[in-house]
Amino acid sequence: MVLRNWLVAGLAVLGVALPLVPVTPDYWIVLLNAIGLSSLVVIGLVLLTGVGGMTSFGQAAFCGFGAYATAVLTTSMGLSPWLTLPIAIAVTCTAAALIGLMTVRLSGHYLPLGTLAWGISLFYLFGNLEVLGRHDGIPTVPPLNIGGWDLYDNRAVYFIIWALVLLAAFATLNLLDSRVGRALRALRGGVVAAEAFGVNTRRAKLVIFVYAALLAAVSGWAFAHVQRAVNPTPFGLGAGIEYLFMAVIGGVGHVWGAVIGAAAVVLLEDRLQIILPALFGHSGNYETIIFGVILVLLLQFARSGLWGLALRFIPELERRAPAQKTAPTEAAPLPRRTPPRRGEPLLEVQSLQRNFGGLTAVKSLSFSVNAGEVVGLIGPNGAGKSTTFNLISGILPPSSGTIRFQGRDISGLGPRDVAAMGMARSFQHVKLLPDMTVLENVMLGAHLRGRAGMVSAILRRDRTEERRLRAEAERQLIRCGLADYMHVKAGALPLGQSRVVEIARALSLDPLLILLDEPAAGLRHGEKQALATLLDSLRDEGTAVLLVEHDMDFVMNLVDRLVVMDFGAKIAEGSPEVIHSDPKVLEAYLGGIE
Amino acid sequence: MDFNIALFLAQDGITNGAIYALLGLSLVLVFTVTRVILVPQGEFVAYGALTVVGLEMGTIPGTAWLLLVLGAAVFVADALRAENGRQPRILMLRALTDLVLPAVLLGVCWVVAPLDLGVWVTAPLAVALVAPLGAYIYRLAFRPLAQSPVLVLLIAAVGVHLAMIGLGLVFFGAEGFRSEPFTTASLTLGPMMVSGQSLWVLGTTSVLITSLWFFFGHTITGKALRATSVNRLGARLVGIPADRSGIIAFTMAAAMGAISGVLIGPVTTVFYDTGFLIGLKGLVAAIMGGLVSYPIAAAAALAVGLIESVASFEASSFKEVIVFTTIIPVLLWQSLRSSHVEEEEE
Repeated sequence: MVLRNWLVAGLAVLGVALPLVPVTPDYWIVLLNAIGLSSLVVIGLVLLTGVGGMTSFGQAAFCGFGAYATAVLTTSMGLSPWLTLPIAIAVTCTAAALIGLMTVRLSGHYLPLGTLAWGISLFYLFGNLEVLGRHDGIPTVPPLNIGGWDLYDNRAVYFIIWALVLLAAFATLNLLDSRVGRALRALRGGVVAAEAFGVNTRRAKLVIFVYAALLAAVSGWAFAHVQRAVNPTPFGLGAGIEYLFMAVIGGVGHVWGAVIGAAAVVLLEDRLQIILPALFGHSGNYETIIFGVILVLLLQFARSGLWGLALRFIPELERRAPAQKTAPTEAAPLPRRTPPRRGEPLLEVQSLQRNFGGLTAVKSLSFSVNAGEVVGLIGPNGAGKSTTFNLISGILPPSSGTIRFQGRDISGLGPRDVAAMGMARSFQHVKLLPDMTVLENVMLGAHLRGRAGMVSAILRRDRTEERRLRAEAERQLIRCGLADYMHVKAGALPLGQSRVVEIARALSLDPLLILLDEPAAGLRHGEKQALATLLDSLRDEGTAVLLVEHDMDFVMNLVDRLVVMDFGAKIAEGSPEVIHSDPKVLEAYLGGIE
Repeated sequence: MDFNIALFLAQDGITNGAIYALLGLSLVLVFTVTRVILVPQGEFVAYGALTVVGLEMGTIPGTAWLLLVLGAAVFVADALRAENGRQPRILMLRALTDLVLPAVLLGVCWVVAPLDLGVWVTAPLAVALVAPLGAYIYRLAFRPLAQSPVLVLLIAAVGVHLAMIGLGLVFFGAEGFRSEPFTTASLTLGPMMVSGQSLWVLGTTSVLITSLWFFFGHTITGKALRATSVNRLGARLVGIPADRSGIIAFTMAAAMGAISGVLIGPVTTVFYDTGFLIGLKGLVAAIMGGLVSYPIAAAAALAVGLIESVASFEASSFKEVIVFTTIIPVLLWQSLRSSHVEEEEE
């Protein structure tokens, strides 16, 4: 921490002093301004690629939108640059939203391909529209001004650019460390789980895409007024690719990596454009050879980029939550749902059916679960238990039949709506986000119990609510016996404990019904007993539990009732004692005697 | 637009479309087998065309030297990387493909280039020089990333594209060239004059597409490639080496790119970076085929060619805008079709 503070202070002093000292060559300032302008774009790209698992080759085109918007408005209508900034942002974000709407539903690689085509298309459009001055562009864009003072001096602009960069960086960091941020971070490798806890993943993807475009627009806006001229070249596909290169070289998962990547590429390019033409005896963009080779090598050997390398050697650079256990967060508890009366029917499944092509995975299945009841769903492998779970929780639509929850028909509703009604689940194949801490994973479970949006996250107006969500997650983790693992990355936990984390995450939703898919698998004897105690206490609180489990000792001692499935259909239902001696069940499990 | 112009535009569009079809098919082939979206596909086109030009000018083209360097780099990288890479038998085999082959080709260039033997020698030689580049590039850049997500492979492909563009500038200079035509003959069909070179393009494309169909449907290697594209793990389990499939796919893609380049060399002025736009039009066609369908990609390529040709007549300065915007309705349609929440592959 101390080293980090010293570094930050040093950089701050250097950053402020450099342009103020007259001996600093003007060329340095020009380069620093270029780095700042690129950083803005790359921060957006880091969010898009490193967090959202998407990417774009078209960020330069979004810069173009921002730049041309302000250039046209300031030159032809004489508006002040400060007035055109919101317009430039609005124009760009609208364009980005339209592109995003078309592509974010597709798999991750369609977005970059779409932006590749768009990048070229827009480049030629910029270069051929009369109103944008065709290939010559728009000269004579006015400079930025403050209080009537025109800022022609690079040193003055420097402060504006870097203020924007710092603003963007901190806004992004705040955003990532929030309720919305957790939803965004859940996009990589956990779409199903995120949806099951109420995250609208498509909207989250769109939000990231538009946010990245917004930063690009700001950069383009500033660029237009710094250069005081606009033409199509800096907004072509080549520039778009270069921004992506900066993101990869800096480390695609880190906000500060974006700044480092931008700095590295701008400086390297500056040097290479002097060295290489001299070497080959001609002028030309020979630096692309080096850039291309570096890009491939980075992906092969150091995918976390320069920032990742720096962290490996000086881990103190990153501000991280204390790894040790800290005092529990103090906050008012979140409101809870009013539980239905014990014994009231909560989940009613009627003639539920699901076909996959010719295979009927679930065949006219009917059963119900009452409030405060623990029901076991058992059956041999392939009986259709997990499919039933997916149908009930809305991940799969049923082919026919109805599912009622608290009397309301929920068949056909998506996982988000089902979750919002108070049904939470765990997964047979654990779906935690390995790069997030256990606590953050569990906080994602409480996503629907918070309301704070993007703006309040960026402005840090969400801290009270954040504390309440955190306190709730801590409470559930302590309850599940995971107090010591709160600040561990979820990917570091053994399988059995990951399953318990999933239970804690489900509990954070404040569910009326909780679906557990093989919760005891991979647990040791003592841990199984603890789990049984936990489920018992849930029953006492009036929460209903439906669980799939293969460990018969565990199930028989715990549940009130059992539903037995075989080949997709219910073959028996009743108390554990009855099921124990049911001939059909014995036949399904042990095979018939012919 | 009168009838004659329409006929002329159609001819032009179909000829270009045939080239885009070859590139689109290569892109589908490479994507289905290796999940790489081969952004540098167009560079093989430029390399092919400019290699012919180099040979015609009596020089040893830069591609020959590149082949030698890349071959040596692959040889060394594989020897360092693979655990069985240092067995003498394997080393011998690799030396043959990675060191001897480029040396032989370089030798052939050295002998052939000054003789000015004409297009029948230079064209095949150019294809022979460019095709192995595909295999080397796969082994150097993409094989170590074989298990990575599509996104990482896509970024790596962009890296390869950057490097190849820069190298193209080094080898061929910033000037554009045309190579000698295969034939100067032309054919008059009613009101339409069909140039011999267009017929060459169409004929070669038809032959290539037919042989591709035969290759995938009737040879064991082709079937193995198809198996790999359907299920990588399954293919490995039944003994199809994923590695070899990737090498074959990349070699075929590079060869088809080079053939396209050789074919368009006489009709278009080719610069070191001309290939990129051409390759991207192939990519547009491939995307229209969802990156998996050969027939749709081929049909889409013809459509792209025709759209481009009409656009260049009606609104020449917006030609590229129109061509690349056609991708939007396609993406929209594909987007509306995919409605379920899908688990990303990472």
